Amino acid sequence: MTRLRINGVDAEVRVATIAELLVERGIDPRARFLAVAVNGAVVRRTEWPVAALSPGDEVEIVRPLQGG
Amino acid sequence: MNDDPLMIAGTAFSSRLIAGTARYPNQQVMLDALDASGTELVTMSIRRISLEGYSGSLVDLVSGRYRLLPNTSGCVTARDAILTAELAREALDTNWVKLELIGDRDLLYPDVEQLVHAADELVRKGFVVLPYCNEDPVACQKLADVGCAAVMPLGSLIGSGMGIANPAAIELICTRSPVPVVLDAGIGTASDAAQAMELGCDAVMIDTAIARSHDPVRMAAAMRAAIEAGRLARLAGRVPKQRFAEPSSPQLGLVGS
Repeated sequence: MTRLRINGVDAEVRVATIAELLVERGIDPRARFLAVAVNGAVVRRTEWPVAALSPGDEVEIVRPLQGG
Repeated sequence: MNDDPLMIAGTAFSSRLIAGTARYPNQQVMLDALDASGTELVTMSIRRISLEGYSGSLVDLVSGRYRLLPNTSGCVTARDAILTAELAREALDTNWVKLELIGDRDLLYPDVEQLVHAADELVRKGFVVLPYCNEDPVACQKLADVGCAAVMPLGSLIGSGMGIANPAAIELICTRSPVPVVLDAGIGTASDAAQAMELGCDAVMIDTAIARSHDPVRMAAAMRAAIEAGRLARLAGRVPKQRFAEPSSPQLGLVGS
């Protein structure tokens, strides 16, 4: 198990990459308009299948919403 | 395209209304209002996804029809605003960003010190930066100096509907700004939008005044007409104000004289 902080919440997950994390969270990695950052740096979509996650990583998963 | 386009960073817009997408009663009213407003550029926020799952969203509906302008609303540090802009670029495939850096959560007033710093860094990273800022000619000049594509001074507090609190300052900014001026925040009704244009603003950003009106679609049409009227009046050049009456009709040949 890997202990991560995902969108501000601590979580124990059994995943190795960002793509696996998204699937584990019920998010289709092919869905449009998603973006991911790890430890304050954006990880490009093309890197998701290979970008490894390490214990303690802070992951942000975002999408656009209505705004002013 | 009309013969008087709004130019921002080399991109021409027929409409001088930038529209928000928040606070509408429902999605259909929002879509109808955007259509009635004539806007070509709409703002969106970037937020953490619900870990319960992801389904299609607003952006699916608007992305094909409008250019998107993601914002960094809610950010209180330059670091968070810069990361939000970078996430928006990845999510929406645009390097445009409406940069918001809030210095007071109650007033939603900009933190100019951090704003200039973040704008500078984002410009260096290749972003087209449109900063929400104070109605302060010096702040606007600093933002233009670091390479912002436009400045977005506030009319009054976000969501307040108080109109343009300091028209003299807005007019000064318009007179001196080397980049387009977009009046942002505080618009309450159509006459406020017309006033912004008459003062010399290049465009107006509106969300709450349309979305929270009784009839958003009709208000969107009103804003569109007001912005067009204000722009025409600005180009036409208003008469100077004077203290005494000046008769409009000829003074020769008065009956009985």
